[in-house]
Amino acid sequence: MDSFDESNCDTSLDMEPKRKKRRIGNNDDGGGEDELIRRRQRNDDDDDDDDDSRNAVYREVTKRWRTDKEQQIYSSKLFQAVRHVRRRSSSARTGKAIRETADRLLAVSAKGATRWSRAILSSPPSLRLKKRQVKVRVTGCSRLRRKPEEAMRRKNKLPPVQKKLRVLGRMIPGCRKVSSLNLLEEATDYISALEMQVRAMTALTAILAGSSPADDRLGLNVVRS
Amino acid sequence: MSSRRSRSRQSGSSRITDDQINDLVSKLQQLLPELRNNRSDKVSAGKVLQETCNYIRSLHREVDDLSERLSELLATTDTAQAAIIRSLLMQ
Repeated sequence: MDSFDESNCDTSLDMEPKRKKRRIGNNDDGGGEDELIRRRQRNDDDDDDDDDSRNAVYREVTKRWRTDKEQQIYSSKLFQAVRHVRRRSSSARTGKAIRETADRLLAVSAKGATRWSRAILSSPPSLRLKKRQVKVRVTGCSRLRRKPEEAMRRKNKLPPVQKKLRVLGRMIPGCRKVSSLNLLEEATDYISALEMQVRAMTALTAILAGSSPADDRLGLNVVRS
Repeated sequence: MSSRRSRSRQSGSSRITDDQINDLVSKLQQLLPELRNNRSDKVSAGKVLQETCNYIRSLHREVDDLSERLSELLATTDTAQAAIIRSLLMQ
């Protein structure tokens, strides 16, 4: 029974078979959710009942993207890939090229289990297009059409929740015409993945900044004659 | 509540239950940094979705900024430091 104690569980490899199954099938249907509800009920003998079940939900959803190992793998791959990117593209586009590389690596780490990762991997040079679309839509709709109940050009009388679901679908790659259930699942995975991406890139930036010529505490810059 | 029920009617082909949606919304809420401390039954789905969109937008912006910084920083590094940097990443 001690295996249900969330605070002791090792996130990477030491999981029960039930948890492994849920992780792989997490994005298919409601089967994962049922199991989640059952496990939450089984945690009833904990001290802080509510707190633990909430923490359990949080830790489960982010188990994939929160391990140190995953982040290390991602950041070292990112470092290698980015150095190659610098040689290929001009200095003006390097920032965007790095963003694209980072996104594709992130999608690869997802191992194709989610829709957004597959969408990123199957559409290479689309960054410019995506930016243009987002700019036009967001400024147009949010400034001119504030009241959700008025009849709009394309849609009439959509409840605000539906509108927000649409906006969410536009922000996650490849999720424009996805059902709301799948969209919410994709959103949870996408947010955890993005958080890991930010953490890894921040660490990389800190290391690189720490090794700049002005600050040579690490002794990384050899004096050349 | 009525908005959620009408949404499931509009969805048409697949029978989406309220429970599933509630569960996913609570999962999402756990991920958002601002709403994590609230009790889950007091936060509406609309607010969770709004916070989600804002959070994703801010994460995108952060990634863009970090990419720019990385592109500048990489101009000054060279191959001799690569092995050292990689070992630092693995700590």
